Amino acid sequence: MPITNYLVLAGILFAIGATTVMLRRNAIVVFMGVELMLNATNLAFVTFARIHGDLTGQVLAFFVMVVAAAEVVVGLAIIVTIFRTRRSASVDDVNLLKG
Amino acid sequence: MTTSGGEAALFAVLAPLMVIAALGLLFARRAVHAAICVVFVMVSLAILYVANEAPFLGIVQVVVYTGAVMMLFLFVLMLVGVDAADSLTETIRGQRWIGVLLGAGLLAVLLGVITRATFPPAVGLEAANAATNPEGLAAVLFGDYVLAMEVVGVLLVTAALAGLVLTHRRRLGPRRTQRLQARERVAQMAVDPARRRPLTPLPAPGVYAQNNAMDTPALGPDGQPLEHSVPRVLRIRGQRRSPVAVLGAQETLVQRIAPEDVPAEGAREVPGAGADSTEGETR
Repeated sequence: MPITNYLVLAGILFAIGATTVMLRRNAIVVFMGVELMLNATNLAFVTFARIHGDLTGQVLAFFVMVVAAAEVVVGLAIIVTIFRTRRSASVDDVNLLKG
Repeated sequence: MTTSGGEAALFAVLAPLMVIAALGLLFARRAVHAAICVVFVMVSLAILYVANEAPFLGIVQVVVYTGAVMMLFLFVLMLVGVDAADSLTETIRGQRWIGVLLGAGLLAVLLGVITRATFPPAVGLEAANAATNPEGLAAVLFGDYVLAMEVVGVLLVTAALAGLVLTHRRRLGPRRTQRLQARERVAQMAVDPARRRPLTPLPAPGVYAQNNAMDTPALGPDGQPLEHSVPRVLRIRGQRRSPVAVLGAQETLVQRIAPEDVPAEGAREVPGAGADSTEGETR
């Protein structure tokens, strides 16, 4: 098995995550799509680290994980706040903010 | 570099399952099912990291993603409402087809780039992982990326503060203490006797010495059944049993065990066994 199969898998997962972000309405599911995309890039980072024999790729994947954790905290807090005021977690309803 | 046969088998098993689970995120109607699918993808990714000579990242993936991030997701799902299903109405016309088209295009581009590109022959991480993987990572992290490390620390503190600030809710009215609630209950009793609730705990259901089932009302000191001793749910569903029926039933436990023709000598030793005596006592 060539090692680039991991990259193919990462590409498929990234595309599925991006499609989720574009298609789903529930803000939490959209957020999980973003997480899936971040995970796919991590897999690509780890695979490239192995291809090049350099641990920097793994360090960058580690940074991505940390930033994703921080992003999840803030994003979910925003979703909870919007849900409190709007009683809905649907992405479509947020356009009511401009009124 | 091609991988070992075992790793190829692992990949062949895990990769299709991961893709199916990821598609589950895309198609699951309920958000909880989507979350479970993502958890599966993340655990499988941890296994693939370990197979890719990144055991430290594999552990971190399990701890951070499946342990913290996805549990936070599930927590917020429970907070927001589990049964909040997606609405199927399109607010932007043709958004679904455009989204599918863009996703397919992205997939085609990514796969095209990956399959057409020529990669250098893979080196492998045996040399870099010579002194265990975490030590090699630490050397890079604290050697080349110290500043990034510090900045990420600041980012984490900021995110924690942001989580606190964003979810903080200001108290608008005075705090409802227990003393206040007790006063309100007594006051309501004086104002509206029709809707009053007893101030004491409700009596426990069951007829004394005969039956302690939840569906039988207790008998008050005057012998009248107390309707409110039966749980409200049973009363609404009409599953309340009449205490008269319970007391009037001639069948007792002893009678049920011992046939009638057998002289009930043993039964007499049991206190309160006969139907007559029980009825007399409780009525």
